[in-house]
Amino acid sequence: MNNAILIAYQTIVRKEFVRFARIWIQTILPSVITIFLYITIFGNFIGDRIGNVDSFHYIDYIIPGLIIMPIISNSYMNVVGSFYSSRFQKSHEELFVSPVPNWIILLGYVTGGVMRAFVVGFAVYIVTTLFTSIPIANVALVILLTFLTAFLFSIAGFINAVYAKSFDDINIVTTFVLTPLTYLGGTFYSIASLPQVWQDISVFNPIVYIISSYRLAFLGVEETSLVLSLSVIISLIIILFVTALMLLSRGTGIKN
Amino acid sequence: MEKALEIIGLNKVYRNNIRALENINLTVEKGDLFAFLGPNGAGKSTVIGIISSLVRITSGDVYVLGENIKKNPDFAKRNIGLVPQEYNLCQFIPIEETMISVAGYFGINRKDAEKKTYTLFNQLGIWHKRKNTPRELSGGMKRRLMIARALIHSPKILILDEPTAGVDTELRLTMWDFFQELNRQGVTIILTTHYLEEAERLCKNLAIIHKGKIIQRSTMSEVFSMKKNHTYIIKTSELIIDSIQLKGLLFKKIDQNTCEVMADESVSVTYIINELKNFNLNVINIISKRNRLEELFMDLTKEEVSV
Repeated sequence: MNNAILIAYQTIVRKEFVRFARIWIQTILPSVITIFLYITIFGNFIGDRIGNVDSFHYIDYIIPGLIIMPIISNSYMNVVGSFYSSRFQKSHEELFVSPVPNWIILLGYVTGGVMRAFVVGFAVYIVTTLFTSIPIANVALVILLTFLTAFLFSIAGFINAVYAKSFDDINIVTTFVLTPLTYLGGTFYSIASLPQVWQDISVFNPIVYIISSYRLAFLGVEETSLVLSLSVIISLIIILFVTALMLLSRGTGIKN
Repeated sequence: MEKALEIIGLNKVYRNNIRALENINLTVEKGDLFAFLGPNGAGKSTVIGIISSLVRITSGDVYVLGENIKKNPDFAKRNIGLVPQEYNLCQFIPIEETMISVAGYFGINRKDAEKKTYTLFNQLGIWHKRKNTPRELSGGMKRRLMIARALIHSPKILILDEPTAGVDTELRLTMWDFFQELNRQGVTIILTTHYLEEAERLCKNLAIIHKGKIIQRSTMSEVFSMKKNHTYIIKTSELIIDSIQLKGLLFKKIDQNTCEVMADESVSVTYIINELKNFNLNVINIISKRNRLEELFMDLTKEEVSV
């Protein structure tokens, strides 16, 4: 990477970091409060009645899923919000009249999403330690999966931002696609406990693989093969990254 | 003379099948201060968008300092500074940070960007607003910020799309001086404006685009020599009667003390005043109805419309 490209990359990343840090009440705090409520209600009030799942207390069982949920939504929302907002204000033109390569633009925005995901993920993890003290089985795997998940959903957010024609288009995808997939991805239950037909349908939900491998990293319980989960996540990253680059190269949503 | 910009056979058809440009051929020489004029919707902003890589080319070629922008878009981007017609500023960050970000996109490090920002903001009189966001700036200040932003990477070509729109007269004059100084320093400037007086005052060469076609390409002096008539608005101290026949002049009464007189360019103002005196009308004020470029512009675009 030559110096000019490195400066351009650092500039986009810094701008993205400053953007979400400046409005932390809107970007970081809501996830912390939401998880606090989830743990209080599902973990304590309801969890005590459910008992154990896979030999873990219910609150411990759902914590990996509760941490990955805001990682998914924040990485996605950071990029879709930031890039669509710049399109809305037309300030993206200042980036596209400069000689920054498309892959650096994409990587810069995605890095911003990944950074926010790590900040939110860490903040949410701190909240969970107030309620439970389960040791993390594999810290390196947690970091790797956090990175890959955030990277994947940041690219997805970028593609959404390219196509979005209004702020409603951002919310439609989040409400009707992202949230259902997350809730049906096994955050609050084991996929193995579902009827066979729903287990078969769940195979097509990528979030199942993310939550399953995240649970493995936290609790050491393997519900789906880690190799399969990583293969699915990395394959999706490659597919979406190439798609996003093609859209940028065509100028979709950017050039007339 | 070296070419700063060369456009050959440029066509643009938008997705909704609107043909915005039709076989545009245009050359702008290095060091020129070039007026690119045309009525609203004529295709000026499309041409500018194509040169700046914001609009896709349907067919044709654009060369910036000899390099084809399709083959080497980065070269064109490094050498062009764009001040667009519409405000396209990030509304939420201090304007100083906008400058540093844009500099970063061009590979300029923060330290150098800060120095350049200091220089440009001082030249344009917005240094004291550096901590403000664009939302807190007046229209004139936003325009100056966009000019500063376009110059952060020291481009060789500056494209100004309506740079003084919404700017008060005093500031406009200051900005004219700034553009002329930049041009003296060797920056080629392409200016689109609705203030034809601005083009007349600043530019050496011009092109007029209408309905996606170039209908006039010449030097400013050639344009003036094409315009043979002048129209004057004259105020008299006496009441004007309805029917007056002035020798060699076209006369039209506007109100009791005001009339419009059209004269050939060879006719002097003294002659007109004396002619009116023959009808016991003393002139107390005489002004040109429109500047010469404005008159020619109206004539040319009107002719095209009638065609």
